[in-house]
Amino acid sequence: MPDLTSRTELPGALVAQPDAITPGRARSAPPLRREGPAKLTGTAMYADDLVFPGAWFGATIRSTDAHARLVSIELDPAFDWSGVVVVTAADIPGDNIVSSIKSDQPILVPVGGRIQHHAEALVLIAALDRATLRAARRALRVTTEALPAVFDPLSSEHVFAAYELATGDPDRAFAAADFILEGEYRVGHQEQLYIENNAMIAIPSDDGGVTVHGSLQCPYYVHTALKRGLAMDDRQARVVQAETGGGFGGKEEYPSMIALHAALLAGKARRPVRMIYDRHEDLAATTKRHPAIVRHRTGVTHDGRLVAQDIEVVMDGGAYCTLTPVVLSRGAIHAGGPYRCPNVRIRARATRTNTPPNGAFRGFGAPQTEFAAETHLNRIAEALQLSPLEIRRRNVYQVGDTTPTGQVLSASVAGEEVLERAAEAGEFERLRVRHHRQRASRLGSGTIPGSPLRTERTRLASGVGLALAWHGAGFTGSGEVKLASVASLELTDDGAISILVGSTEMGQGTKTILPQLVADALEVPYEVVEFASQDTAHVPDSGPTVASRTAMVVGGLLIQAAQRLRSQVEGSTGGSFADTYRAYARANGPLRIDQRFEPYPGVGFDDETYRGDAYPAFGWAACVASVEVDLDTGEVYVRDVVAADDIGRVIHPVLAEGQVEGGTLQAVGYATIEEIKLRDGRYLNDRLATYIIPTALDAPRITTILVEAPFDAVPHGAKGVGELPMDVGAPAVVAAIADATGVWIGDLPASPERILAALAGVPAIAPLRPGASEPAAGL
Amino acid sequence: MAIYRFTVNESPIVVDLPGMRRLLDVLREDLALTGTKEGCGEGECGACTVLLDGTPVDACLVPICQVEGCIVETVEGLASTEPGSDLPPTLDRLQAAFLKTGGAQCGICTPGMLMAGRAYIDAGGGPDDDAIREAIAGNLCRCTGYTKIIEAIALASGQDPAA
Amino acid sequence: MGIEPSVTSPRLLHDAYAILAERPVRPIAGGTDLMVALTAELGEPPDQIVDLWGLDELRGITVDSGALSLGALTTYTEIRRSAVCREHLPVLVEAAATIGAAQIQNRGTLGGNVANASPAGDTLPVLLAADATFVLGSIRGERTVASSEFWPAYRRTALAPDELLLRIRIPLLAGREMRFRKVGTRRAQSISKVVMALGWRDGEPAEPRSVAAPWTEVRLALGSVAATPIRARATEAALEGRPPTPETADQAAEALAAELHPIDDVRSTAEYRRIVAARVLHRLIREAGGW
Repeated sequence: MPDLTSRTELPGALVAQPDAITPGRARSAPPLRREGPAKLTGTAMYADDLVFPGAWFGATIRSTDAHARLVSIELDPAFDWSGVVVVTAADIPGDNIVSSIKSDQPILVPVGGRIQHHAEALVLIAALDRATLRAARRALRVTTEALPAVFDPLSSEHVFAAYELATGDPDRAFAAADFILEGEYRVGHQEQLYIENNAMIAIPSDDGGVTVHGSLQCPYYVHTALKRGLAMDDRQARVVQAETGGGFGGKEEYPSMIALHAALLAGKARRPVRMIYDRHEDLAATTKRHPAIVRHRTGVTHDGRLVAQDIEVVMDGGAYCTLTPVVLSRGAIHAGGPYRCPNVRIRARATRTNTPPNGAFRGFGAPQTEFAAETHLNRIAEALQLSPLEIRRRNVYQVGDTTPTGQVLSASVAGEEVLERAAEAGEFERLRVRHHRQRASRLGSGTIPGSPLRTERTRLASGVGLALAWHGAGFTGSGEVKLASVASLELTDDGAISILVGSTEMGQGTKTILPQLVADALEVPYEVVEFASQDTAHVPDSGPTVASRTAMVVGGLLIQAAQRLRSQVEGSTGGSFADTYRAYARANGPLRIDQRFEPYPGVGFDDETYRGDAYPAFGWAACVASVEVDLDTGEVYVRDVVAADDIGRVIHPVLAEGQVEGGTLQAVGYATIEEIKLRDGRYLNDRLATYIIPTALDAPRITTILVEAPFDAVPHGAKGVGELPMDVGAPAVVAAIADATGVWIGDLPASPERILAALAGVPAIAPLRPGASEPAAGL
Repeated sequence: MAIYRFTVNESPIVVDLPGMRRLLDVLREDLALTGTKEGCGEGECGACTVLLDGTPVDACLVPICQVEGCIVETVEGLASTEPGSDLPPTLDRLQAAFLKTGGAQCGICTPGMLMAGRAYIDAGGGPDDDAIREAIAGNLCRCTGYTKIIEAIALASGQDPAA
Repeated sequence: MGIEPSVTSPRLLHDAYAILAERPVRPIAGGTDLMVALTAELGEPPDQIVDLWGLDELRGITVDSGALSLGALTTYTEIRRSAVCREHLPVLVEAAATIGAAQIQNRGTLGGNVANASPAGDTLPVLLAADATFVLGSIRGERTVASSEFWPAYRRTALAPDELLLRIRIPLLAGREMRFRKVGTRRAQSISKVVMALGWRDGEPAEPRSVAAPWTEVRLALGSVAATPIRARATEAALEGRPPTPETADQAAEALAAELHPIDDVRSTAEYRRIVAARVLHRLIREAGGW
């Protein structure tokens, strides 16, 4: 075994040597995680680790109503308020709006204004110490007048966004289909559950501005929000990312709110204010994955070819719009699954309810709709007595096929490859046949004979499930063009090469792969490429760190910048970049290359008609999940998962595998145990003892197969990996549960309660039913 | 307030503090050892795992009055620094294994995970998947799916040919 | 944490008694429940706490006078590692292993589980089914309370304000069989939805060649299905004197489902708890009967 003891490098360039990597898994041995040594020695500084002398502690007073008028905010005159600052909406210097897609969410609800959800921010307080803060909280009284609340997204009349995608002639195709099958699927909220809670510290500056240090994904989102809410200019508002302990979308938009709150308090207190959420507040107040209800009506031929799909998607946006229109858009575009179907109608809408706003979470709308699409297809396969593998073989997109937005898939199409690789490695067909035999040999094929109180001889039943998904790489539609991101590369006069981007590291590997790409392009050692900190005073807006776009888009921009830097230096010195850049820098002074995003050739989308290339390319993922179900209790143990993911080109196999493994377990949690119950618009699962995620004992063994179907419009071919595994895990697990038990669970999570009800004969899902036009009688 | 004496990473500590203050707060705020993280404050996530007399505990659940006379080990004590040297610390075997396998992603569960892994290895645990899973079942990770963490602990627990 | 209550850490039991005799103060043992409540500011925080952790008189696992005796400060880890527990009461070892994970098991105590009186306390059905008794002490002296009398209502105990739980005593019964099963929210760090302990002794078969001996002294105890840990006495009666046959299992399962009145909460539903309790019992009888 190689010597494991490696020496950390000097701070600022905490780089470990790559010699310990097992060869053979990568084209070249990738470097070790750049900030790894700092994280492993406890010296990485997360927001709550930062010390600002004289800082006060901030807190947020939140609503306990789901919908109400804020009548008054009263301060107890008997309390000594001299050591406390109180901020209400009246103190907001700019717009009382958290900048996002729509200007509908206030920073604080004003007196006389409407409270739209439980845990909405009403008042901010800060104090020298926590004891005073707590006492002040108790001395502050909020009066409200309750209003009728809406909790059902189906009946809500307030529509945040609606889309209709259509191709072909679905009505005619249904009339001609051999079978029509309908199903309804529901998914609930899911919490991102980064282990580091949201945290933000604001420090007022002498020019009337503010600097915030925090846990966040998108420094420029926060920057924009600060400028608008605080009426500041570009320089007055400054945002610095602290080390960030996970995001998964959960630190995409909500940090803007927290930064505004901290900054308002800091401005009024004229001192730094720490706004550090505890887990309870983070769970109760911040965004979740959108719940959705998805209805499918599908026309198929006798041999299992899809001829018509009619899909209705309704998402629950919560009380404010946040990113809902784009979440819905991605959900709608992916709703049919990665399958050729000439006649498709997808109608999607997202509505408002008086619940905390929902927002970004890994997958961004696609896990919801693809769970429905895959579960529906698995049930169609069962009804047609076709193998789930075979029905996918017959329908999966191939090069040349057209998607519901009219996009022709001309290259980088790997649905079939990931399907076959996962099915083979997961021994899908062999296990499926075996479980079928086992199920048949059990009394009643999975339903409980006689009393539901009686056990069967077999307690544990095994099952295997398969799912396939596609995931659009990067932003939907014209998002990337509108964003016009800039990534920069700087050669300083002392010969340092530095990457300047606003793209953040939150565990996924940005700080490692971007220097890797630049070092490759410049043919210099990885170690010499520096990565400037994510500080809006110093780095350009390379776009938000979301949508699995960083490796593909920002990585591509940096390679282009490196190529320009290289040719400029080599053109001037006549030598190789590696040999001459230091001398060049000494002689010519600093050189900075700003690379702005240009649309990928031949990629275009019309936002009005919703036609065109919804994404420059798609990633493809297949998953085979093996489970054991306790037939007595409905408990599910996910034992093994094989995940095959096409991510274009693998930049760093260890980090890429890490993304697949982590995303897979989040999907397993989504499928089995992660659930939020609500009462009167309040989350009941608002502590870590009640919102549960998988432990190491709940986690399956995960085998990752990385597949490479490169995207040719970027120099390195990468398509992104973060979100892909999130789309397939849940439907594969639910299919495995059905394989083990014979019952389909259409509502996520497939909790023991739902499984047991189904086993005991209480249907957990509406039976797959023939559609209105009658030929389905044969089923 | 009362005087409490204990050691942290082999350094003797004397504090005069309220006895019910959490060990986690004493480490982070009074001793400026911020390597130990708070993820939930309710003993669910294990991010604040430290070793107390060699056994893993959640520092958010231990009042400092119960640490009197004890030996506390935190993530800051894992890597070694050569006395008198200004070189950065040398990662210990487990830290190096985490770095190699990719066991740390966002890093926030990592200090606690390392301490749980350390206790497992110190107790003689070997590269057994199920045993490692049980040893870290009190430490939640949302990034890795645990795969590479388990791999790292297995790797570090293997017999060292040099030993 | 916001404001820390003041705390006294006696080293001797009679010092702890003296503190408690003066005025009621909240005891802390391993802290795995109380520290959570203090941090989360659940309920009115106590202003004064007595720290029992240093009372070595409350430690130790022994067998004396025909009973297994565990000091109230015995941790779950100590139970798991105890050869005496493994020999005499393996279900307690099993139950201890299902609580939290290593960090919680290293601090959480059996006495804390008993005194905290959560209906979901995982060891409590074992103690009930094993006819455990609790030795309580105060400056006024010691007394013994049966486990079946100890939890009168939700989160209430038989402890007087000045009393401490000293020891848990479990009578050792030759030929006693016990089984434990927890159905939790996940596989570790899990709070039970249903937790069950079943105990019995094999009686004389009615007919010499009969394979299955009838069960006697049947005890069935459950957690998370009522406001307190409970004995399911109607079901015990349905099992008493019967061999573990399919008919017995069916009737016992029916009896249990009829006897339980659990509630819906954030972790599960009343119906799930009722049905699963019955099915788990059915399974335990099936396994014992070997059919």
